[in-house]
Formats: sequence, C-alpha cells, structure tokens
Amino acid sequence: MVSVMEPPQTVRPQTPPEPLGSPANQTEKLQVMIDVHEVDFTYGDNKVLHNISLQMPARAVTAFIGPSGCGKTTLLRCINRMNDLVDGSRISRGAIHLDGVDINSPGLDVVDLRRRVGMVFQKSNPFPKSIYENIAYGLRVAGVKKRSLIDEAVEKSLRSAALWDEVKDRLETNAYGLSGGQQQRLCIARALAVEPEVVLMDEPCSALDPIATAKIEELIQALKTQYTIVIVTHNMQQAGRISDFTAFFYLGKLIEFGPTVKIFTNPGEKQTEDYITGRFG
Amino acid sequence: MVAASSNSRRSFVQTFMFWTFRLATYFVLACATYIFLDIAIKGSRTVFTNHAPFINVKFLTEPPQTLYVFDYQGKKMELSDREFRKWQETHKEPVDATSIAYSAGGIYPCIVGTALLVIGSMIVALVIGISAAIYLSEYSRETRFIRFLRIAILNLAGVPSIVFGLFGFGLFVIFFGWNVSLIAGWFTLGLMILPAIITASEESLRAVPKGLREGSLALGATSWQTIRKNVLPYAMPGILTSSILGIARVAGETAPIMFTSAYAMRDEMPWQVTKWTDFFFQGVMALPYHIYVVSSKIPQNEYTERVQYGTALVFLMVVMLIALASIVLRERQRRRLSW
Repeated sequence: MVSVMEPPQTVRPQTPPEPLGSPANQTEKLQVMIDVHEVDFTYGDNKVLHNISLQMPARAVTAFIGPSGCGKTTLLRCINRMNDLVDGSRISRGAIHLDGVDINSPGLDVVDLRRRVGMVFQKSNPFPKSIYENIAYGLRVAGVKKRSLIDEAVEKSLRSAALWDEVKDRLETNAYGLSGGQQQRLCIARALAVEPEVVLMDEPCSALDPIATAKIEELIQALKTQYTIVIVTHNMQQAGRISDFTAFFYLGKLIEFGPTVKIFTNPGEKQTEDYITGRFG
Repeated sequence: MVAASSNSRRSFVQTFMFWTFRLATYFVLACATYIFLDIAIKGSRTVFTNHAPFINVKFLTEPPQTLYVFDYQGKKMELSDREFRKWQETHKEPVDATSIAYSAGGIYPCIVGTALLVIGSMIVALVIGISAAIYLSEYSRETRFIRFLRIAILNLAGVPSIVFGLFGFGLFVIFFGWNVSLIAGWFTLGLMILPAIITASEESLRAVPKGLREGSLALGATSWQTIRKNVLPYAMPGILTSSILGIARVAGETAPIMFTSAYAMRDEMPWQVTKWTDFFFQGVMALPYHIYVVSSKIPQNEYTERVQYGTALVFLMVVMLIALASIVLRERQRRRLSW
C-alpha cells in the first residue's frame, strides 16, 4: 500500500480534495488559526529553530516534514507550550499566535491553552486506567462531574476516533489491553473529548502497521472538517496523502511552506525536491 | 610466549576464587540462620507453652512485673508481684524471696508502644518524605542549590542513630518542651528514615513514564492534578516497598528513642489518658528499649534471659507482621495498575 520508492508525482493525485490556486491566494482565503512569526527557539545555548514564520489555516491539515533533528517536533511542541517542561528551553525571538492571541503572553493560562490545543504523541500513551477513564480524564480535570455529560462525551469522542464499535462492550477494561493502533486512536479520542480547536499530532503512526496507519489517516481526513490539525511525519507519502499544506524543515530552518500539491509536484526549492524524491534524508 | 604450566595454575585460581565467593555467601547464611534459630528456640520457651492454647497469653497481654523466687516447704516458687502479694495474704509466715525486676508478667505495653512508634513515625516520614520527593522530582529544576540539597539528604542518611537521638532530645524534648513523649519519638524516628524515604520515593516517581505526565498536561491538567491522578498512584507501590525497609529500621532502633520517648517501666497503657491531647505527650515502653533495659540495667540471671529472648522473638514477629501488612498493601495497589 505504501511504497517508499514511488516517485512523488504519483502520490495520490486526488489530494487535497479541493482545487488549489496559487499558495498566496489560498492562505488569504482561509482563516489563519496558528500564526508562527519569526520564531527562534533555543535549548540552553543551542539554537534549534531559526526564524520560522508560517501561517497554518483553520480546519485543514498541515504537515511538517523533514529529516530527524530538523526541529519539526520542537515547533509542534511550541504550539501547546509542551516545551515549558524542558529545562533551559525557550522561544528566544518571535511569537506564536493562536487565533490572534499570543500564546506566550504572561497573562495567558497555559492550562487553558492546552485545553484548546490537544496533542497526540509519537508513542501512544494511554493511562493505565480503564478505556472509559482514559477518555473521561480530560473532562474530570476540567471539573466536569456530571456522569451523564461524561458518558456522552466518551461515546462521542470514541465515535469520532472510529473506535466506538471496537470497544463499546469493554469500556471498563484496562486501556493497555488494546492493540497499538487502538491505543493510538484512544489517545486521539482522549484529545478530542475536551473539544479542542487544534489537534497536534507528533508522528502518530510511526509505531503502527500499515492497516492501523490507514485507519488513523482516514480518521485525520474526517477530523479536519472540525479541527485544525498539525501533523509531524517522517513519512512523505503520508504527508502527501493526508495534508492540505506542507512545511519542509531542514536543520532548524523552514525551507518551504505551501499547498501540499505544489510542494510535492512543483517544489520551489532544490532542497525540498531532493528530500521529497528521496535523494537525502 | 605463554608458559605451559599456566594452565594448571589458572584452573587453581579459578577454583580458589569460586570457593572463596561461595564460602563468603554461605558464611552470611550461617550467621543469619544461627541468629534466627537461637532467638526462635530460646524465645519460644517463653512465648509458647506445651499445653493449650500453646501460646503464653500472659506474656503477650500483661505488663512486666517483678518476679519473686523463693523456697517454700522444699518447693521452688516463682511468683509475679501480684501473685506474691496474694500468696502472702494466705501464708502469713515470712519468706526469704529474691526479687528480679521485669522478669514476670509480659511485654504487652512494649508491643503496643513499638506499634504506636512505628505507625506515627512512618506517617511523619511518609508525609514529609513524599512531599519532598514530589518537589525534587516534579517541580524543582536542576540548579546548584538543588544539587546541594541532594547531597545534604544523602549526608543525613549517614548520621548515626544516637546522634538523631540526641538531636531529638535537644530539639523536641527540651526546646519544644514536648518532654519524653510519643510525638518526640515520632519526629526523631521519622527524621532518621527521611533520607531513605525521599531517595526511594524520588526514584519511584522518576520511574513513572514521562508520557503519562505529558499526556495528562496536554489534556489541560494542572501540574498538581497530573501528579495526584497520574503520577503518584503509579509510584505508590515503589514508595511502599522502600517504606517497608523503613519500618524495620524504625521498629528496631533503640538509640533515637531512649532519650525521646521510651520509658523503662510504665503502668498505664497509652490509651489511659485523661485528655486526648495527652496521648501524644506521653512516654511509652518499646520492645528494643525493653530488651536493652532487661539485658543491661539489671543483674543477669536465667530469669532475665527468658524475658530477653521472649521479647526478641516477639519483636521479630511484630516487625515481620508490620512488613507483611505493607507488602499486602503494595501488592493490592500494584494489581490495580500495570504498564
């Protein structure tokens, strides 16, 4: 199904579904959800992101691609301020705006931000609790007590993560009994349960087999009608299949950003073309 | 060139080293077996009886009394203080009785006292220790001050227990004016095992996968919600394991309590207090201190030896029982979660 050797031109000609004009027109037409403006990011003295600027549109899938260590995950984790947990790391220049609000402004509540910006991690990390409690967790920490509300949210988010039919009879069993793909979809469902506006996905399929990967990709396609999705992926074919916009990073710099079709068929930069055609990376 | 004779020499060294290591291990086993058997055999003569109910109930349920030994009409009498007085009421003639302190009755107040000391000091140590471990592993950043703090904690572990005893005496008993009391003993013993609890708790907390913390925070949980719901419960089995070792240490130490909370003899039981607050400010008898008193503060003879071994055996069993209870608790917690 996924052939790595396939030339990029033949990757899913039908993506993205809507016809795209020039990249400039396209970005203007769509509402900008996440605006990254001239961001530098440092770990201690080590600068890992250099002057990144890109605008991610709402209700679309933006993919970050690039070789390992290029800073794509770091940028992703800036969007929900997960990097706050890493000692000595900070955005040393520039700003990130979510729907017009500076997410690093001192008055902003990081708990509130993370409720609006959900995240799915590379390694699926269900809590060692029941499936039900995994989904209910985000609601409970937000202070939702009413059982009927939680019940409803659990079913709704499991349905949107296409997991409901597989687990509805064993909601009370431990989430560790699920398969790897199911665990990852559970993590997606868990993120959806708190009704975020943005879902960040950090290589969500890297540990999954092709069938589980296909399911998650289908899911991402279905979710983008409601959510803004940013996905980091190592798999270029995956970026080609599921994303509307693609950003190519190399050594901490944003080399190129534009509609996926353009990046994959007619890249503006030589480096992008070399990476996409598999000449390096 | 390698000499041909080295072959036999090599095999000799091999065998020699193998046996050295093996014998060293067996030596430890032999010592442990000797100690346990000696206490078990000699102690069981006091703790168990050869008629129903096969347990010396008196020894386990009565306070220590003075033993009176005398000859009466050619028969050797061994009576406790209370029995002796009753006997004198019926037999008016004077007898030449030898009195031996602590050697009659039982050690019930010591069992109760040790249990109270263990429970209280474990609560003190776990509350302070887990809080400190949470701070160190979850909140603090690796600054120079935190590194200094860790060294201070490690150093605290190396302080001899008698120094803790004197420290507790100076701070709690005299400066705070708590006198010789349960609460002074709780804090002294609690501080003594604090380094072990902090170190082990921190390790257990760090062993909880980072993904669980990130997953929780990414859902909009605060740090404290994450710790309470998604880190601490999974670290608890590890913390309890370390506290089992703490229990054995707390129950066994004599030096920290001899100035702070132990009485050689006390007639009232700990719950016989007029005000409930007095409960915390009373001294108690304790098993290790009782062994110390009986074997070094009074003249030794066959009667005191019986008490010593009996107390030692009961002591071992009490520690084993408390440790067993925490193992059961840990296993029940562990069964609830796994990753």
